[in-house]
Amino acid sequence: MSAVLQAEGLGKKYGKRWALSGCTLDIPEGRIVGLVGPNGAGKTTLLNLAVGQIEPSAGSIRVLGGSPASGPEQLAKVGYVAQDTPTYAGLSIAEHLKLGARLNPGWDGALARERIERLGLDPAHRAGKLSGGQRAQLALTLGIAKRPELLILDEPVAALDPLARREFLQGLMEAAVENSLSVVLSSHLVSDLERMCDYLIVLVKSRVQVAGDVDELLAAHHRLTGPRRDAATLPADQHVVSESHTDRQSTFIVRTDGPIHDPAWTVGRIGLEDLVLAYMTPAPTRPTLEAIR
Amino acid sequence: MIWLTLRQFRVQAAVVFGGLAALGAVLAITGPGISDGYHSGLAACGTRENCSQFTARFFNDHRSYFGALAVIVMSVPGIIGVFWGAPLITRELESGTHRLVWNQSITRTRWLAVKLGVIGLAAMAAAGLAVLAATWWSGPLDEAAHDRFPRITPLMFDARGITPIGYAAFAFALGVTVGVLVRRTLPAMAITLVVFVAVQIAMPTWIRPHLIPPETGTVPITSENHGDILLNGDAFSVQVRGVPGAWTLSAETVDASGRTVGDMPTSLAAGPCAPPPPSADGGPPMGPAQACFDAIAELGYRGKVVYQPGDHFWPLQWAETGLFTALSLGLAGFCFFWTRRRLS
Repeated sequence: MSAVLQAEGLGKKYGKRWALSGCTLDIPEGRIVGLVGPNGAGKTTLLNLAVGQIEPSAGSIRVLGGSPASGPEQLAKVGYVAQDTPTYAGLSIAEHLKLGARLNPGWDGALARERIERLGLDPAHRAGKLSGGQRAQLALTLGIAKRPELLILDEPVAALDPLARREFLQGLMEAAVENSLSVVLSSHLVSDLERMCDYLIVLVKSRVQVAGDVDELLAAHHRLTGPRRDAATLPADQHVVSESHTDRQSTFIVRTDGPIHDPAWTVGRIGLEDLVLAYMTPAPTRPTLEAIR
Repeated sequence: MIWLTLRQFRVQAAVVFGGLAALGAVLAITGPGISDGYHSGLAACGTRENCSQFTARFFNDHRSYFGALAVIVMSVPGIIGVFWGAPLITRELESGTHRLVWNQSITRTRWLAVKLGVIGLAAMAAAGLAVLAATWWSGPLDEAAHDRFPRITPLMFDARGITPIGYAAFAFALGVTVGVLVRRTLPAMAITLVVFVAVQIAMPTWIRPHLIPPETGTVPITSENHGDILLNGDAFSVQVRGVPGAWTLSAETVDASGRTVGDMPTSLAAGPCAPPPPSADGGPPMGPAQACFDAIAELGYRGKVVYQPGDHFWPLQWAETGLFTALSLGLAGFCFFWTRRRLS
């Protein structure tokens, strides 16, 4: 299977601050990829690098085998719905579709018109007068109708109410299936992505914490609950993602490919939300642990 | 892309070209009357003296409109820079729509090339139309004021010929450049205005006089061409007005050996050049008597003038337009670089 997005040591620096660093990814084709992380983690930076809005300060990135935004062909292959779903406030919906038709050789006018009709939008309506949900739908329509191979969306539902959120994601899923699109979608909420993603990237503090197939990730992560003990005493193949302790009990979220034999543990599976939260919560520092004893 | 550029440019273009159309209509209605008045007056004036009185009066009657029209032509490039140039990209950056349009199947370079090309040409066309209409309307007045306001002097130079077109291209490119650097519309508009006005002042003050080497000439000081006469106690000096139809850069008095002098001998002030008694009817005092100029000539004093003669008008126009075209292209090149590398 060929890769949709390959990054090698990718980094982007703004002034002295690294907004993204040491990012190595290999996302296979045909996936719905969820990019999760808290605000300011570097999600937008990564996506802007992927569509070529910005250039990397370190490392390299290839999208669908090409350098991002390197030319019209590359731009045509990648659809982008940017943060806050920008549209031209002064232009009508019909004019947005005309814009898409004029600027994209692969434009699917029938698809675009049909989507606008299905959404119940009036083509003569100015984009500036649309609700947030309608504007997001318009931006999505522009992204889909250019017939890309990969569609990238940066927090498209962040500003939407729950109903508009669900409608948007539903529309996105349908389009992804109908057009066999690869999709990369970012959000700071796992719940948005849980139902649709089959590949997950967790980005915290400008670094990729974990990336992989959702099913494989869920199979490899376990919640271990048992009598209190130190993380260092766990077997070497069990990588501790997060830990929490009470006076007598310890809870670890570990990642391991092997089975867990220790009978002292109650082993539980974890959901996607817990998994992401485990990576987002900073592990307690050792000195604090020592102090408790 | 041309469609999108024109669509986004619609309102701004309508305002500027609408304003020009209104101005053109006013000029078209009033122009023939002025032309008729001038030519019939010239035909009827008869003697040379009467005719020169007529042209002076004719010009004075219309000078406020004449001046206002020159100011309008001079301000068209500034308006274009501020309202067309500066917001061109800042508007996209402020609304985030650059993220939308830069991800259509068209490179940023082509996007910018079309925008700069289409609107840059419109800017030059607007300035060209303004200067064409103003030159046509002002034709009789330019002729009447040939001595007092030659078209090569600073205020007229910027409102005639082809330099307004160069100014418009430059102002537009300047606005876009400031916009990509500042990224916000209002500050970009303000900075563009300040910089452009500074350039408009700096150009005739320091640069234009040297675009083509000026000519230097010495002329006798006569009752015809003298300018300011200063008599302050014992100090006496006479300026010459310079060559008719030329742009005088400097005028000074030289003595018989060609040395620049400030004041002439006091003997002149006390003798033939002594101020005449105030006239009986309280009107302005008369100029010095012919004897004064004869005495000045006898002592060998002459006026030395550095000037751009009237026939330097077109060479200077081409030189200045070329300079602004080069500056505009340089700024446009910078915009391409900056938009490709530094904007996101």
